[in-house]
Amino acid sequence: MIKVGLIGAGKMGISHLTILGAHPDVEVVGVCETSKLVLSALEKYSSFSCYTDYQLMLEEEKPDAVFVATPTKFHFDLVKELLARNIHVFVEKPFCLSSEQGLELASLASKKNVVNQVGYHNKFIGTFKEVKKLVENGAIGEINHFLGEAYGPVVTKKKEGTWRSNPTEGGGCLMDYASHVIDLINDILSPVTACKGSILKSVYSKKVEDAVYAILELSNKTTGVLSVNWSDETYRKMSTSITINGNKGKIISDANELKVYFKENQCPTGYSKGWNVKYVTDLTEPVNFYLRGEEYSAQVDYFIKAVKGTVPNNVNNFQSAWLTDRAISIIRNQN
Amino acid sequence: MDRILYGDNQFFAVNHISDAKSMAQSIKFKTDEAIINTIDAARASGLNTFMCTTHDRIANICDIIRANPGKYENFKIYPCMPYAHKYANAVTELGIQGTIKQYVPGNFFGTLFKGGMAFVSKDFLKIMELLIDAEMKMFKGINTPVIFLQNVITDLLLGLGMVEVLKGFYDYIKNKYDAEPGFITMNMPRLLTMLETAGITNPIICFSMNKLNFRMSGGKGLYEETLKIRKFRAIAMQVLGGGAIPPKEALEYVCKFPNIEAILFGASSKANIENTVATIHHFDSQKVSF
Ligand SMILES: NC(=O)c1ccc[n+]([C@@H]2O[C@H](COP(=O)([O-])OP(=O)(O)OC[C@H]3O[C@@H](n4cnc5c(N)ncnc54)[C@H](O)[C@@H]3O)[C@@H](O)[C@H]2O)c1
Repeated sequence: MIKVGLIGAGKMGISHLTILGAHPDVEVVGVCETSKLVLSALEKYSSFSCYTDYQLMLEEEKPDAVFVATPTKFHFDLVKELLARNIHVFVEKPFCLSSEQGLELASLASKKNVVNQVGYHNKFIGTFKEVKKLVENGAIGEINHFLGEAYGPVVTKKKEGTWRSNPTEGGGCLMDYASHVIDLINDILSPVTACKGSILKSVYSKKVEDAVYAILELSNKTTGVLSVNWSDETYRKMSTSITINGNKGKIISDANELKVYFKENQCPTGYSKGWNVKYVTDLTEPVNFYLRGEEYSAQVDYFIKAVKGTVPNNVNNFQSAWLTDRAISIIRNQN
Repeated sequence: MDRILYGDNQFFAVNHISDAKSMAQSIKFKTDEAIINTIDAARASGLNTFMCTTHDRIANICDIIRANPGKYENFKIYPCMPYAHKYANAVTELGIQGTIKQYVPGNFFGTLFKGGMAFVSKDFLKIMELLIDAEMKMFKGINTPVIFLQNVITDLLLGLGMVEVLKGFYDYIKNKYDAEPGFITMNMPRLLTMLETAGITNPIICFSMNKLNFRMSGGKGLYEETLKIRKFRAIAMQVLGGGAIPPKEALEYVCKFPNIEAILFGASSKANIENTVATIHHFDSQKVSF
């Protein structure tokens, strides 16, 4: 049994806690949360040990691994302390508020040799995994353009919100929403290294951007476009997609459906010339416990396996999340 | 319970395998009239139970049903609560506390805070009851013999081990609404075990059941075994595996299990509704003759 603690039982934290609670190899040894409301519900109806002070939790429960799901501005300090104590860390995305902080933690984690993972769950979605495989195998040839998109209904009217509407706390569409798309581009294609132009637009929010449009260049000199808007109420929930044009074909994928076009007969097994459509149902590995998408269970399971040493710590590690933090700052600074 | 239950995903752009289809559905079902016409087509095929989320637009459908009592005399609705995206989006925007403030009716929350935290924690079940009442308001005067807890909430409580809250839902639905409580889940065998520990026997559980092993946590084998040896009232959903399995093959598979009491499906065209109904009847009649 891996002894796991949680810091921050908000929306994401409770989701992780539910999945951890049902995981056969996990013993949840403690939950730390500063909101009395949530904590008292957990105290009354669950059997988890509850804390308001995470240091006390670490001292008393001695977890092997800790999930950090506090608002982003607390990630750096918390993770740094966990690493100092040689505890394996899963932290929510975005990783840190600045690229410098992310780099510091990434190098500290590799020095400490503890398992480190960040919650970019899209990498565990069957369609996107298949896209990565196709691109890496050169199936669509040389890439000449990409388009990364995400739309959803987070802020659909003028209103003062939570920490998400505060630019210094990790709020805003770029950090919160666009980070998912940037992370996918980084992973599937190559890390973003330059921004040729960007628009950070407020639609309803006063202090932060609600949309991000940018022209990006990657380390391998591929160029493309980022288009993200969290104030689009024509979407029922967040919808993320990526389009990639190559000289041998084209890929259009979202979390549900993968469409691939091949110009020639020469293509990977399972595909043929012209359009091919695959559904996530064909590409998804079943999970042991399902809450809200296989990817959320799969990323937790992967982390636990990495702690047990049965898989390499090479998906969503701090290093890759830092590259995403760096891209965020490149886009912001260009603006 | 009817053998076939008509679902509502198609009306609210819920498509598990295609965002493009979702958008097409949004366009097709823009008006309440388009929804009620399709429900009428389902009724014409012999379906008399509509299983639906407590989505805002269902309130309009309920108005139409209430306004035509003769036409909808034997019509039943199985509400499924809550409409999770409403709350999920609110939590993102307002936080957990802000969301409760927004959706718990009246000044209850204000009173709670004045009463202090000890009071709040004692009354979570009371908050849940108020939320249930708020969700049930739209169905006033409509026959709702089974009321479901949506899978996100069922499975959340399941993973957190909050068996008392599941039991609280069960008891409240029985006592206040004189209806059968039901649970939707993606983790059927595990849920059944937890409900049994709460002393709930023969519960109504609605779960994914398909040839593809899609959203059947624990695996198809365990599901088939559970159906064979354990006692509960089973409703199969997602029988088409999100649309990935050809309908005939998919329905043949679920019709094979004698312990599946009902099949939930959604379709947005008259032809697909009629075809599904006929196919289920076909396989059911084969079963009897064997
Ligand atoms: N992967 C995703 O798709 C996704 C989605 C939403 C949020 N997130 C990320 O998850 C993190 C949390 O977001 P959220 O939506 O859950 O926010 P939230 O506000 O719902 O939850 C944060 C929780 O942390 C608690 N908290 C704050 N400081 C604490 C401390 N020192 N000790 C213990 N608890 C503390 C708060 O009381 C709150 O309950 C953020 O980094 C966010 O970007 C990721």
